[in-house]
Amino acid sequence: MDLVRKWVQALFFLVTNGYWNFPLTRGIYQGPLKVICSPGLNCYSCPAATSYCPLGALQQLLGGIRLAIENGQFYVGFYVIGAMGAIGSFVGRMVCGWACPFGLFQELLHKIPSPKFGIWRPLRYMKYLILLFMVILLPLFAVDAFGLGSPWFCKYLCPAGTLEAGFPMLILQPSLRANLGLLFYNKVFFLVFFLAWAVLASRPFCRTACPLGAFYALFSKIKLVKLRLDPEKCTHCKACHSVCPMGVHFNESPEDMECISCLACSKACNFNAITLEIGGVAVTNQRPCRPEKAFPQHQ
Amino acid sequence: MTPKKKKSRTQKIRIAPFVAIFIFLVCGAIGISLGEPSRVLEQARQVCLSCIGIG
Ligand code: SF4
Ligand code: SF4
Repeated sequence: MDLVRKWVQALFFLVTNGYWNFPLTRGIYQGPLKVICSPGLNCYSCPAATSYCPLGALQQLLGGIRLAIENGQFYVGFYVIGAMGAIGSFVGRMVCGWACPFGLFQELLHKIPSPKFGIWRPLRYMKYLILLFMVILLPLFAVDAFGLGSPWFCKYLCPAGTLEAGFPMLILQPSLRANLGLLFYNKVFFLVFFLAWAVLASRPFCRTACPLGAFYALFSKIKLVKLRLDPEKCTHCKACHSVCPMGVHFNESPEDMECISCLACSKACNFNAITLEIGGVAVTNQRPCRPEKAFPQHQ
Repeated sequence: MTPKKKKSRTQKIRIAPFVAIFIFLVCGAIGISLGEPSRVLEQARQVCLSCIGIG
């Protein structure tokens, strides 16, 4: 299953970054596909990006809300929130596990041999604060003399933007380098920090700082596609704990907001206690129980 | 619990996700009727200097 997931991740990476003409045009893709929402964190100023980043678009709409309304245009974010909410209600954080290019990148970094560490659990709440303040409240209320807000998350934190748009655009358009300053070095610091952390711990950005993951996590109880625990089959052997890349103890918290539906626990469970369901109907095959099998260890 | 009852409990269809998907699709449709996609497209076609880290 992990191989299937890797292929799906690669496919989403290629589909959301499918514009390979950028070395010739030395600019970003500007075609009509950019009206489609990228499910995962994928900067729309990446030269290869073919869809819009929901977080970037939402912050821009919220930041420009006053000017738009003054001009009689009620651009308040319905279209973007509708797309994000529909994706969230459908699969929730499965996007993080299966369709996010930055999630894939962190997983690959974590394969580099090094000592591995866990992540202090309360840090998970930081991403909800980042969603609330940097994506919603500050773009909406911290406005300049013209009534325009800034995309705070993109401007001060987003490591995907620095990696996918910052460095490639500075290479493609050398004239942009004249504007390098503190803002850029601050973003490079966060990029290096999260990439180094990803070598040592599993998916640190997803677990502590990603506002898109935080938004999708809000759907963990009601999403259509989710994992289900059969408490009658669970023996509390804890095999599901050690394989989880998000630090979830599935048998203790089957609707955990951190779960990215990677299915690693379902595969590791030798008692068929964890199944995938769609809208309440189980879809994964029941395997024979293998209580004697040794369990693989994660992190 | 009889096996039949157990099966019906485990296979019960959940309505909440369908309601949520419908609500957000309506939300998206309102955005489309207000012309938001053209604004989103306009933004997505420009290089975002904030994303790069220079503006
Ligand atoms: S691996 Fe299966 S049986 Fe063991 S604790 Fe997890 S859910 Fe229960
Ligand atoms: S709980 Fe299971 S499906 Fe969810 S992230 Fe952990 S291993 Fe993956």
